[in-house]
Amino acid sequence: MNSDITFQAGVKDVIPTLLGYIGVGVAYGVVAQTSNFSLLTVALLCLIVYAGSAQFAITTMIVSGSPIPAIIMSAFLINSRMILMSTSMAQYFKNESLKANIAIGSLLTDETFALGMNKAAVTHGKLNSKWFNTTNVIAYSVWCLSCLVGALAGKLISDPKTLGLDFAIVAMFIGLLYLQMISDRRRKLSVQFSVVLVVIISFIIYGRFLNTEIALLLSALTACFAGMVIENGD
Amino acid sequence: MEINTYTFLTILGCGIVTWLSRVVPFILVKNFTIPKPVIRFLSFVPVAIMAALFIENVLVFKPGQWATIQWPQMLASIPTFAAAIISKSLMIICVVGIVSMALVRFFHLGM
Repeated sequence: MNSDITFQAGVKDVIPTLLGYIGVGVAYGVVAQTSNFSLLTVALLCLIVYAGSAQFAITTMIVSGSPIPAIIMSAFLINSRMILMSTSMAQYFKNESLKANIAIGSLLTDETFALGMNKAAVTHGKLNSKWFNTTNVIAYSVWCLSCLVGALAGKLISDPKTLGLDFAIVAMFIGLLYLQMISDRRRKLSVQFSVVLVVIISFIIYGRFLNTEIALLLSALTACFAGMVIENGD
Repeated sequence: MEINTYTFLTILGCGIVTWLSRVVPFILVKNFTIPKPVIRFLSFVPVAIMAALFIENVLVFKPGQWATIQWPQMLASIPTFAAAIISKSLMIICVVGIVSMALVRFFHLGM
């Protein structure tokens, strides 16, 4: 990743993350197909909701006939971390138009957020909507197409898991986490490690008592507070 | 090609709450000045969120019990972290991750 924030750089930067989208998207399509979802339903879910883990949860709940408000509440909880990510990412686009901000926010995902933050660390805080829209739109298209391919080929594909493709997304989080930790030179590595440690410990504790998605969000918030305290103490 | 009203309304509702979670913060940040301490707090978000997403994928959480380790994922993470440290290239990290997971499953490691 270099410090260019052009259309070409956006295309180049997003390519590694596509493996993750394809792996999980195809897997989702297969699940949707075995749940007897029509192609139209799969397409609408991808286009309108566009969220990996939430789509799996929504599908399971629709199949079991859960009440609509319960499903919407679950989707909101699973995606509540988006509020934290969007607030964090919006700092870089304060000088762009409201329209540009809405466009970027509409297609922000865990992956493009992580990618954008890595980019911002490389460019010393410079991001623009051309670069971001490029990565967002490519990610969105590849996700929707992968889900549809999975739904179409559901009967032919045995199990995308045997190829290890589903792990691409975890590998990406590992890579982006490590690159993020080492790229921010203003922050001591010991502080970064402490933040990660607080996430692990608090997630395990919250996870015992709370729903996993709430535990995820709370552990991230706890670690941000801890990070502030630790850095002040230095 | 068909969709019933129940499914359609569910998708629409889920889409609206997800979109609002994504977009409202952008509108608020654009229109209001964020206090310095909040900005400092937010500067920890990327590392915290990515660490949390990683943990969510290598552990299994069950209500009322301590989380357990998903050994195949944990084992495949080791060469993936090594690839991150050595290569610093996202493409190489992803490929090493996929190959590691395929090998772990092929040899039934940690299962």
